[in-house]
Amino acid sequence: MSEILEVASLSVDIPLASGMLHPVQGVGFSIGRGETLCLVGESGCGKSLTALAIMDLLPRTAIRTAESLILNGEDILNAGERRMSDLRGNAMGMIFQEPMTSLNPSYTIGNQLEEALLRHRRVSRREARDRAVMLLEKVGITAAASRLRQYPHQLSGGLRQRVMIAMTLMCGPDLIIADEPTTALDVTIQAQILLLLAGLQKEFHMGLLLITHDLGVVARVADQVVVMYAGQIVETGTAEQVFAVPRHPYTQGLLECIPIPGKTRRGANLGAIPGMVPSLIGELRGCRFRQRCAYAMPVCATDVAFRAAEACDHVYRCLLTPAQCADNAQRKVPA
Amino acid sequence: MSEIIVETRDVHLTFRISAGIFSGKRPLRAVNGVSLAIEQGEVLGLVGESGCGKTTLARMMLGLLQPTAGSILIKGRAIQEFDRLEIARLLQPIFQDPYSSLNPRKSVGSIITLPLRVQNDPEPEAWRRRVEEIMALVGLPGRLYNSYPNQLSGGQRQRVAIARALINRPQVVICDEPTSALDVSVQSQILNLLQDLRRELGLTYVLISHNLAVVEHMATRVAVMYLGRIVEAADTDSLFNSPRHPYTQALLQSVLTPDPSLGVPDAQLGAAYPNPLEPPSGCTFHPRCPHSMPHCSVVAPRTVPTAEGHAECHLYDEDQGRPRLAS
Amino acid sequence: MAPPQDIAAEAVAGSRAVLNVGEILEPAPAELLRRRIFGHAGLLIGSGVLLLIVMVALLAPWLAPHDPLDQDLTRKLIPPIWHDSAKANWVYPLGTDGFGRDYLSRLIYGARISLLIGVAAMCISGIIGTTIGVAAGYFGGKVDMMVNFIITSRLSLPVVLVALAVVSLVGNSLWIVISVLGLLIWDRFAVVVRSSTQQVRNLDYVAAAQALGCSKARIIMTEIMPNIANNLIVVATLEMAHAILLEAALSFLGLGVQPPQPSWGLMVAEGKGYMFFDPWLVGIPGAALFALVLAINLMGDGVRDVTAPERRN
Repeated sequence: MSEILEVASLSVDIPLASGMLHPVQGVGFSIGRGETLCLVGESGCGKSLTALAIMDLLPRTAIRTAESLILNGEDILNAGERRMSDLRGNAMGMIFQEPMTSLNPSYTIGNQLEEALLRHRRVSRREARDRAVMLLEKVGITAAASRLRQYPHQLSGGLRQRVMIAMTLMCGPDLIIADEPTTALDVTIQAQILLLLAGLQKEFHMGLLLITHDLGVVARVADQVVVMYAGQIVETGTAEQVFAVPRHPYTQGLLECIPIPGKTRRGANLGAIPGMVPSLIGELRGCRFRQRCAYAMPVCATDVAFRAAEACDHVYRCLLTPAQCADNAQRKVPA
Repeated sequence: MSEIIVETRDVHLTFRISAGIFSGKRPLRAVNGVSLAIEQGEVLGLVGESGCGKTTLARMMLGLLQPTAGSILIKGRAIQEFDRLEIARLLQPIFQDPYSSLNPRKSVGSIITLPLRVQNDPEPEAWRRRVEEIMALVGLPGRLYNSYPNQLSGGQRQRVAIARALINRPQVVICDEPTSALDVSVQSQILNLLQDLRRELGLTYVLISHNLAVVEHMATRVAVMYLGRIVEAADTDSLFNSPRHPYTQALLQSVLTPDPSLGVPDAQLGAAYPNPLEPPSGCTFHPRCPHSMPHCSVVAPRTVPTAEGHAECHLYDEDQGRPRLAS
Repeated sequence: MAPPQDIAAEAVAGSRAVLNVGEILEPAPAELLRRRIFGHAGLLIGSGVLLLIVMVALLAPWLAPHDPLDQDLTRKLIPPIWHDSAKANWVYPLGTDGFGRDYLSRLIYGARISLLIGVAAMCISGIIGTTIGVAAGYFGGKVDMMVNFIITSRLSLPVVLVALAVVSLVGNSLWIVISVLGLLIWDRFAVVVRSSTQQVRNLDYVAAAQALGCSKARIIMTEIMPNIANNLIVVATLEMAHAILLEAALSFLGLGVQPPQPSWGLMVAEGKGYMFFDPWLVGIPGAALFALVLAINLMGDGVRDVTAPERRN
């Protein structure tokens, strides 16, 4: 029951000409072995920056602070660039959104796969190649041995993403961080890739941090759900808890916005969240959602702490009581 | 039976792609024989994955691309008989990317006035008022008239694009992934807007999207495209409740609704999406089809009318000796 | 802050209203540009020096202490004021040349010639290069192939030799030199404009304009040109510098501007015979050329820096 990744109070601040930007504030969660945690939110909520902060790949001007950042028992908050560079691609694998640009077009697939391993382990090239073939087959690429000689441009988007996954697995990571890995792919390919990731995760007992804006993906894939808004976590819980009774008004609003075949009535208006994300520059007090919230009260302008629903691992950042939230949820989200 | 506004009859668009110095140019059949009729007042959803030709088909309907074979008719007359200004008054597009569909060097007012200017609309004094009216109709604050696209959010930009398309009251609006580049909360605002405008202005939409949930919500009729052909078309409820073509079934299965009790479905599609330069023989879907028969790799299926529309699959064609599986 | 009922009512009222609460209104492109310009040192210095030279050229009749063409052999080769010599005096602060003409006046009037050549040649080559570049980028296909062929042919010509050949055949008046330069240095315009046009051509707002029924001419002028303008300006400044240096080279070889006109290149050419004994004859116009070209290049770099990030949204 050891946690692969523990994040506590992670914040990112970026100084700008117009003031200090706070794109991530006080984010904390943990991922266990074989567990999938989905970080979900819209653009600008800070989910990608959170991942970059964990990997220590933030822009140079950004300031990262955290209470603790522990990967597999090792403190990575204070680890230097050297150690991080050893961990990246090794104990911590990364998959990004655009498979077109993540693979180097000048080198063959085989070359890149082998390099991924040789960079971190002292093995022979033949052993690296064998592992590459094994993993390509595992990710469902047929005729793996001949694929090694192909270049990225010769493969389709779905195949490239599979190669990326294989590359991530070359060193047998404990944690995979995937930032919108299927957003650029077709719907049918997306399902295949997600199935693949789930299967590999079970087999290799890895943790998966999946960042996405797609609530459908989250519901089907996540063990744990973390909803972010304007740089803060607004709700955390298991997928069943969060989707059955979403507590936070923002989560409720999001679920109301998406059309669900068979449930939302055709021609009826979808739910909407009025307004826009507030500016994250300068000193921020109180609930960041209050200007768009139908239930906002004057006291929301003071800082809002987390509150737990009945099951103590379903927490949300709102002053409404669990009962009130449940009522709101029943009324709004189509059952 | 409503009036048919735009109709394509067996249109093809074949590009010639050179494969190297010594091999000749190979044909890329982006649109490979599509016959489609858009009726007044409907919302036709056009779905399919990348490379299926839906965007190319849309551009042909707008008159931006010429078909290499087949004909396009607007209100019963060949599209060649219309000059570009007439087509512009009848059909207008809304594009996917709100960041590249507006000229960054022009103000919002200037962008929305352009259609009036191009059509040499009389009464230039009234232009400003008309632009402000349409801005109000699409939910843009009037003070944005002198703003530039870089000052607007994605949702606001898309509203500008909608205002630009609608200021001359076209009949058909072709929406190419109008909300795919927007956040979920903004997407619902724009979809609601599109629905309201359709009711108020009596518009007809062609909605191109890869997001089947959105299509199911908005469309009255749906056509599914695969590798340049329409493999199935039917009214929305029939298509979503009883899809016939195996590809449609796989597509619908792959839609991920936010239901945590379900896992990720396995549509059993097997091999990857084919290379459009080397389409499979016979039925182009057969390498990925869970129900393929030996016949399928040899003969391309015909379009077979069904009760709600039509489908192209040997499973439903009794002339091939196989009985219709459903009627 | 509005009471919750109002906010809820707003939500209920429909999706049309877009509340702009808390929105940061980014400044308009013009304002952004103004801010960036004044933050860029190279751009300010380059434009400053260039402006200075332009003012000098415009005010030449009032600034020049003597007539630049006035020869007097009795006062030839007077050194400039910083030389430790009995002959140097404040009447001729930069000395005189081999014909006794005041160097300062020649330098001031020479600015006119250099700038005129730079601007005129840049305009001529700019018009030629932009026209064929836009045509190639917008129309593609055969037009593009033809333009590429023309550009490649032009690139295979050795510019200086061709200029020399033409000028020696046709004669070297000021306007012939300008025309020859203008007709030879359009290639970078064409290449840059072509690729910029190709990039813009495929954007959705061009397709939207086509769908609105815009004529090709209107699309090129109002949708494409404003969006390639920054690249165009950068190339224009570079080609201006290029033209000025080419003219100096031609004059140096005796086939540029005709004496007694005070072009800086010609001043260098006339001074080269005296170079070892009276180096200022070459040094002063050389320094002036250097300063002008450096200023233009700094400005060009500055324009590129200042306009590029804005497009990257």
